[in-house]
Amino acid sequence: MTSKTNALIYFLAFTSGFSIMGIELLGGRILAPFFGSSVHIWGSIITVFMLSLSFGYLIGGKLSTKNASLTRYGLIFIFASITVLPVALFSQPIMEFIFTRVEDSRYGSLLASTALFFIPTIILGMISPYSVRLLVTDSEKSGQVAGILYFVSTLGSALGTIITSFYMVLAFEVNNIIIGFSLTLGILGVLAIAVHKSLASVPSTPSQLAVK
Amino acid sequence: MITFKNIFINVVIIILLTTLSSSSFARVIHSERSLYRNIIVEDKNDLRCLKFNVKSSKTNQSCMLKGEPDKLVFNYTKLVFSSLLMIDNPKNVLIIGLGGGTLSNTIHQLYPTAKITNVEIDPAVLKVAREYFSFFENDNITSLVQDGRIFVKREGIKKKKYDWIILDAFNGDYIPEHLLTKEFFEETKKILSANGIISANTFSISQLYNHESATYYDVFGDFINVSNQENSNRIILAGHQKLPDSALIESRIKLLDPQLKKFGIDIKSISKSMVSTKDNIDWPKNTKVLTDQYSPANLLNL
Repeated sequence: MTSKTNALIYFLAFTSGFSIMGIELLGGRILAPFFGSSVHIWGSIITVFMLSLSFGYLIGGKLSTKNASLTRYGLIFIFASITVLPVALFSQPIMEFIFTRVEDSRYGSLLASTALFFIPTIILGMISPYSVRLLVTDSEKSGQVAGILYFVSTLGSALGTIITSFYMVLAFEVNNIIIGFSLTLGILGVLAIAVHKSLASVPSTPSQLAVK
Repeated sequence: MITFKNIFINVVIIILLTTLSSSSFARVIHSERSLYRNIIVEDKNDLRCLKFNVKSSKTNQSCMLKGEPDKLVFNYTKLVFSSLLMIDNPKNVLIIGLGGGTLSNTIHQLYPTAKITNVEIDPAVLKVAREYFSFFENDNITSLVQDGRIFVKREGIKKKKYDWIILDAFNGDYIPEHLLTKEFFEETKKILSANGIISANTFSISQLYNHESATYYDVFGDFINVSNQENSNRIILAGHQKLPDSALIESRIKLLDPQLKKFGIDIKSISKSMVSTKDNIDWPKNTKVLTDQYSPANLLNL
């Protein structure tokens, strides 16, 4: 891994942190028309996000043990991009379906946030452990690398929260912001794959071998 | 120069002021922290007020005179009764946002056989209204703890109709944004009976005033603003099919005036502060309508 690809990985981890919290924050706005804005709405949303992130970490870690590469890393982003899209495209019929079948808005909102956010957040959760795998070359420094990675992605989450709630909701419609997140993740995924391909065409460096 | 003497005098003054204000001015008789806010009930001589969050005077949600519980204290509550110039004998009334329950109590006295449904999100507000503001319920008056948006949507599915819908869920410092969107108004319109009226109590100032107006106009067409110069409240009357002519208004005033007197409502003077938006649009044509997709109401109200 060159320092340039490392920077790319950190940047991607930052963006995924940014998107996760941006989407989570908009979750409240998306659910409100059907399930209200009571405190249990946030209970549902945060539960689903935490649960799916925890599964994502597990799956991402497991996945990183087999043939980890920047291309596969990019594919995770592309999958995330695709699975985020239904939040913008199909949330109305999905929530309508649940609303008419579940009276209790607690379980209604829990089901709706599961339907909308469970899968994309699992995939976004896979990114952190996978990034650690790509970045660590020396077990002595693994803790430090993980520390920097958490720093970068959590900083992204903080910025994603504040920028979405303070400014983006004033400038754009909710669905457009979601589509924006999806496009960004997709483009970054393609970028990661392209960078990997271009590196593969030049003679491999020792640090690249370390990834294998 | 700050001297110890100055500080001492200041401290004495502060202590004097606080003891004075708590003994002869206002006394907190109940306070609690609910899921949504701090609730404070304060007595000040004969006046009892419900406050949210802080002990300042501008956050009064609802007040009553203990000696004359029928008299309405707030201007905006009185302005809500301008709705009665637009409809005859409401039979099904929906109130979203309970406060102290003043509106429900008053409407029940005016129309004892009307069914009144109160919807309030905060169970603590309901409890406080019952305990401290003599809010009462009977066969005709029910109250529900639910988010107003969900209630309205479900009533729509059940094809329920109301002839007077009062939206009173905003308070001075926070607007539930999902209750100020085109989609919510459309859902409300769906449960409004053919000759019904919607009255919304709003606090909007600044930019939000225009967005709010544009959103009401988009769903209901021309509406009526009721406000008076001395405060920033406005009541929006919307959803009527056509404006009643002046003869009808006159006859309604004649009928209502004696009934409303005991509540301290001067319907005659209120009728003069009703302004239709017909030929009177006071917001820019290109104002963005608030929708479920775009509803930063609180940010626009800064």
